[in-house]
Amino acid sequence: MTLTRPALGLAALALALPVLTACGEDEPKLIIYNAQHEQLLEQIAPAFEEETGIDVELRHGKDLELSNQLVQEGDASDADVFLTENSPAMSQVEQAGLFERLPDDVLEVIPAQYRPRSGLWTGFVARSTVLVYNTDLVEESELPDSILELAEPEWAGRISFSPTGADFQAIVAAILHLEGEEATRAWLEGIEENGTVYDGNNVVLESVDAGESEVGIVYHYYWERDRVEGGDLSDDSAQYYFADQDPGAFLSVSGAGILESSDMKDEAREFLEFLVGEEGQQILADSYALEYPLNPAVQLEKGVKPFSELQPPVVNVSDLDSEAVVDLMTEVGFL
Amino acid sequence: MLLVVGVGVAALTLVPLGYVLWTTAELGADEARDFLWRPRIGELLWNTVRLLVAGVAASAVLGVVGAWVVERTDVPGRGWWHGLLCAPLAVPAFVNGYGWVSTTHAVQSFPGAVMVVTLSYYPLVYLPTVAALRRLDPAVEEVATSLGRGGWSVFARVTLPAVSPAVLGGALLVGLHLLAEYGALQLLNYPTLTTAILQQYATVFNGPEATLLALVLVSFCLLLLGLELLLRGHRRRSRVGSGSSGDPVRIRLGRMRLPVLAGLTGLALWALGVPLAALVRWLLRGTSAAVDLGELSGAVVTTLGLAVSGGVTATALAVPVVWLAVRNRGLVTTAVERSVYTASAMPGIVIALALVTVSIRLVPSLYQTVVVLLVGYTILFLPRAVVSVRSTFELVPPGLEEVARNLGCTGPGVARRVTLPLVLPGLTAATALVSLAVATELTATLLLAPLGTDTLATRFWSDASSIAYGAAAPYGLALIVLSIPSTWLLGRLSIRSAS
Repeated sequence: MTLTRPALGLAALALALPVLTACGEDEPKLIIYNAQHEQLLEQIAPAFEEETGIDVELRHGKDLELSNQLVQEGDASDADVFLTENSPAMSQVEQAGLFERLPDDVLEVIPAQYRPRSGLWTGFVARSTVLVYNTDLVEESELPDSILELAEPEWAGRISFSPTGADFQAIVAAILHLEGEEATRAWLEGIEENGTVYDGNNVVLESVDAGESEVGIVYHYYWERDRVEGGDLSDDSAQYYFADQDPGAFLSVSGAGILESSDMKDEAREFLEFLVGEEGQQILADSYALEYPLNPAVQLEKGVKPFSELQPPVVNVSDLDSEAVVDLMTEVGFL
Repeated sequence: MLLVVGVGVAALTLVPLGYVLWTTAELGADEARDFLWRPRIGELLWNTVRLLVAGVAASAVLGVVGAWVVERTDVPGRGWWHGLLCAPLAVPAFVNGYGWVSTTHAVQSFPGAVMVVTLSYYPLVYLPTVAALRRLDPAVEEVATSLGRGGWSVFARVTLPAVSPAVLGGALLVGLHLLAEYGALQLLNYPTLTTAILQQYATVFNGPEATLLALVLVSFCLLLLGLELLLRGHRRRSRVGSGSSGDPVRIRLGRMRLPVLAGLTGLALWALGVPLAALVRWLLRGTSAAVDLGELSGAVVTTLGLAVSGGVTATALAVPVVWLAVRNRGLVTTAVERSVYTASAMPGIVIALALVTVSIRLVPSLYQTVVVLLVGYTILFLPRAVVSVRSTFELVPPGLEEVARNLGCTGPGVARRVTLPLVLPGLTAATALVSLAVATELTATLLLAPLGTDTLATRFWSDASSIAYGAAAPYGLALIVLSIPSTWLLGRLSIRSAS
C-alpha cells in the first residue's frame, strides 16, 4: 500500500510535464489581449490564421482587467493587439501612450464617429443600449421615451441594471457627455433609488425575464443571444430600443488597437485590416456574437433590428470621460 | 537551513501583502479616509461580517453534526453517507451558485448566500472532524460513560473538546474561503468586500482604491487567525502508538433514525442534487452546448497538469513551515506559519496583480510562464497544505524520533523510516486538497495563466458570464468529474484510522 501512493504521485507528475513543457514553443505568434466575448473571436481568429499563415494566441479577460494589465506591463508587454467590448478601456491604454497609430487604410474603412480622432485605435463592432422588459408586467406603450425618465418616482422598484460592469459605465459616459454632470448625477441618484443592482447583464436579463424586476438596462445582444440559445431567459421578455438620438439609444463601440511595444507590428496591422475588412466583418456578422459590424459594407442579419434603423445620439468615442464617470458613480455609491 | 527555507516561503507569501501596503501607501491618508468612510463601504463591511459569522457557524454545525452522525451513531449506510457528505467538495462554489441561481431567484439574498456557501464549504469542517473522531480513542468516551455521563454530556464535555482543534482548523478555512469567495457570491448577487475589489479592478482605472479594500480584507483575515490561535491554546495532544481505535460504542438512533436519514438525504439533495440537475438541464437545453471535444480535452489536460504541479509544489513547501512551527515553536517560527495564512484571505486577483507587477519589474523572464502561475497557486493554497500536514505532524511524538536517533539512525534515516511513514497520509491529503483547489481556481488563473492556457474553470466562467449557460455546462460537469478522485481520496484518508 505504501508503495502505490508515491507511484501515483510520480505518474501524475509525468502527466503534468507535457503541459508544462508545451509552453516553450518557439514559433512566434501574434498575441491578442482579448476582452471581447470569446465567441466573437472563435471564428475570426482561425479564418485569419488560414488566410495569412500567421498564428494567433488569444488571452481573454475583461475590458479594464486587461487594460490595467497592459498599463502595468507597459513596454514589457507581450501583447501585440488589444480588443475590447467598450471604448473606455481603449481610452485608458491610449492615455497611457501605449498604442501605435493605425495605418490610414485601416482607419478609413470605419466611419469617423466610431473611432478616436487620434487614429490610435478603431472601433470594429458596436452594441446598442436597450431596455429589456417583462411582457407580462409592462406594456410597450408604458415604456419611457427617454432613458432619463427611469430616474423618476413612477419607476421606483421596477428597474434593474448592472452598474459595476464596463457596459453600463460606457452608457453613463455617454449620458455625461450628452447631458452634463448635474443631470447625470441626478439621474444616477434617481436610478439608485429606484432600481435593483445586479452584477452582470445576464443577471439583469434573467431577473427581468423571471419577473423579479419589470425593466432592465442592457445591450441588445444579451436578449438576442438567449433567443438563439433556447429562450430560457428571453421567453417572457422583449427588447425596446430608444429612438430620436436619446442617450438611451447610445451605441457603444468595441475597439481594436496595436501596441507600440509589439515586435510583430506588420502582422498586427494585417490582423486589423482583416478585422475591419469585408471578409472579417462578415465572419463577425455571421457569428454567435450578434453585435453590429461597423464596416458599412456588411450587415448584421439574423433577425436583429437592422443597424440602419437605430437612431443613436452622436457621440465621438474620444469624448467619453470614464474617469469622471467613475468619480460620479463612486460618489453616488455604486462603486 | 530549514529556517532559511521556511522564512523564504513566508517571504514569498507576503509579497501580495507588501504589494497591497505599498500601493495603498501611494494614496494619501485623506484620500484613503474619503474613500473608506462612505455608506457603500459600510454596506460591504456589514455584508461581509454577517456572511462570515453565519456561514462559519452554519458550516461548523453542519460539519460537526454530520461527522458525529456518521462516526458515533448506528445510522444505516455509514460509508455511503460519508461519501455523500464529502462530495460537495467536488462541486466548486461558483458551479454550485450557478446551479442554484439558474433554479431559483430566492437564493439572491442573505439567507440564500449563507445557504449556498455553507453547502459548498461545510465539508472543510466535516472532513477534519471525521478524521479526529476516528482517531479519538473510544476508551476516553467509554470511561466518561462508565462514570455516569449521558450521551449528550459525553459529546459536549469529552468528544467536542477532543476534536475542537480539527473543528477550529476547518472553521478557519471556511472563514478564509468566505472572505475570498468571488464567483458564487457574484452569481448570488451578494456584494462583499471581495466582490467589490474585483468590481473595482473591473470598473475603475486607479488601482489604489481596490487595494485599500484588500487591506481591510486582510485585517479581517488577521483577526480570524488571531482568534483561532487564541481558541486553540497550547494543550499537548500527541500520544504514543495508535491506541485502540476499535469500533466505538455507537448511539442507537431508534425512533430518530428516520428524521436523521431524511436530514442527510435533504442535505445531499441540496448540496449535490440541485447543482447537478441544473448542469444536466442546461446541457440538454442549450443550443450552444454542442461540445467541442478538442477544446474540452485540452482544458482537461491543462487543468490536470496545473492541479498536480500546484499540489506537489505547495505540499513540498508546507513541510518546512510545519516542521518549524511544530518542532521549534518560537516567535519567528509561529510568525512564519501565520504569515503563510495571511495571503490566503487575499482574493486571487490581488495575488495575481501583485505577481504580475512584481514579476514584470523584478524578474521579467518569468512573467507569462507557468512558474508565476504556480507561485500564485502556492501562495493561495499553502494554508490548506499547512493545515493538513500540520494535523499529522502534531500527532508524531518527538520522542519516537529521539528514540530512533538513540538507536543509531542518522538524520535522513529518521526522516525516511520514522517520520515519513507517519506523516505520509497528511502529505497525500495536502496534495489532494491543493490539487482540488487549483483545479477549480478561477480569478488568479485568468490573469496569470500563460497565453492560450485555458482551464476548465476559466472556460466555464467565460461561457457562463456571457450567458452561454448551455456551453458552460460540459465544463462544469468536467470540473466536477475531475474533482471526484481527490475528493474521494480525502474522504478515504479522513476515515482511515491513524497508523
